[in-house]
Amino acid sequence: MTPIEWQAIAVSLRVAGLATLVGLPIAFGLAWLLARRAFPGHALLDALVNLPLVLPPVVTGYLLLIAFGRDGWAGQALGWFGISVLFRWTGAAIAAGVMALPLMVAPLRQALEAGDERLEQAAASLGASPWRVFATVTLPLARPGVIAAAVLGFAKALGEFGATAIFVSAIPGETETLPLAINALLQVPGQEPAAARLAGLAIVIAFAALLAGQYWQRRAQRHRA
Amino acid sequence: MSFDIAMTIQRGDFARDIAIASTAARVALVGPSGGGKTSTLLAIAGLVRPNAGRIDIGGRRLFDSKAGIDLAPRERRLGVVFQEGRLFPHLDVRANLGYAGRADAAAVDAMAAALGIAPLLARWPRHLSGGEARRVALGRALLARPAALLLDEPLAHLDPVRSAALLALIDRVAGDLPLLYITHDHAEARTLNAEIVAL
Repeated sequence: MTPIEWQAIAVSLRVAGLATLVGLPIAFGLAWLLARRAFPGHALLDALVNLPLVLPPVVTGYLLLIAFGRDGWAGQALGWFGISVLFRWTGAAIAAGVMALPLMVAPLRQALEAGDERLEQAAASLGASPWRVFATVTLPLARPGVIAAAVLGFAKALGEFGATAIFVSAIPGETETLPLAINALLQVPGQEPAAARLAGLAIVIAFAALLAGQYWQRRAQRHRA
Repeated sequence: MSFDIAMTIQRGDFARDIAIASTAARVALVGPSGGGKTSTLLAIAGLVRPNAGRIDIGGRRLFDSKAGIDLAPRERRLGVVFQEGRLFPHLDVRANLGYAGRADAAAVDAMAAALGIAPLLARWPRHLSGGEARRVALGRALLARPAALLLDEPLAHLDPVRSAALLALIDRVAGDLPLLYITHDHAEARTLNAEIVAL
């Protein structure tokens, strides 16, 4: 393993980690709205959340570029705080997070739909505040969904390619994640062994994430009926 | 007046008027299944919103559509024992009993002893029998220190022996607490010495 390969792994873990950490609460909020609330525009929000799943990733990357560019609404909003995510690893995390969002929302939504609202009513009748009901009933009962969302989101973020390449391009040590590094190596004659090593590593990391998810899932379900 | 309720609740496609007025400490709502008894209980608990009307219990106004009063369920201080128990599956019996947070460990132990469930404190709800789960639900409601107790068919699906035992237990632990008891069986109401309101 060369330092450049290690660098790609470090960038990948950082990007996927941030995308999962920040994306998970957002996904939970969206899943809760979609599972528990009826409002005008419900179908529209549902479609919007799932759009990255069916849109060519290149298009998602292009839209992010427009939104977060110097003249984009998001770019200008961040500019107020002196922040730019263009060509930064944080931008790569945004791309990965947006692409992973539908995969995180789906299991959370399923968990919240299956979750028993009657238990939340019981907690409220026992004097619990809405926040306490959420923390002690809604969230613990949705735990298997949260774990599935984290694992799926992390794995998806780790493998994101198209949107990231367009949005923040491949800058070694900053935005060049594992898949981008593998792509770069495959362009250069004689670099196949390095590409193969990184590909093998990507498999190991994804596999470990899935196994860890299964383990946590089993622990979370131990006391369930 | 312990119970003074006059409200209209929506049941599917049609609205239904419910009137309960009693000075008795214990009232039994008796009627056939599907008659709106559970909807009435849920409306009193604040879990279903009446179309219009007024709900007074023990002199406290919980709901009044004209005055714009609609206390949240947690502000109503009603101990609700739901028909299905509604125990928290991810908490053991002790944590279920103490969920309201208004009782210390000694009070939980005392309640468990009074209800005959002391040996079950470390169990998970899924390992309880139907009768045991009802007792835990009853204890959990009482440990919230409610101003009144609402029970929805607590003897449903229990065999006659267990039914009689649980009914005697309810009679004992409820004490002087205003009690609203839903049943389809007049005999249960008589055992509890409750005033019968047909629904």
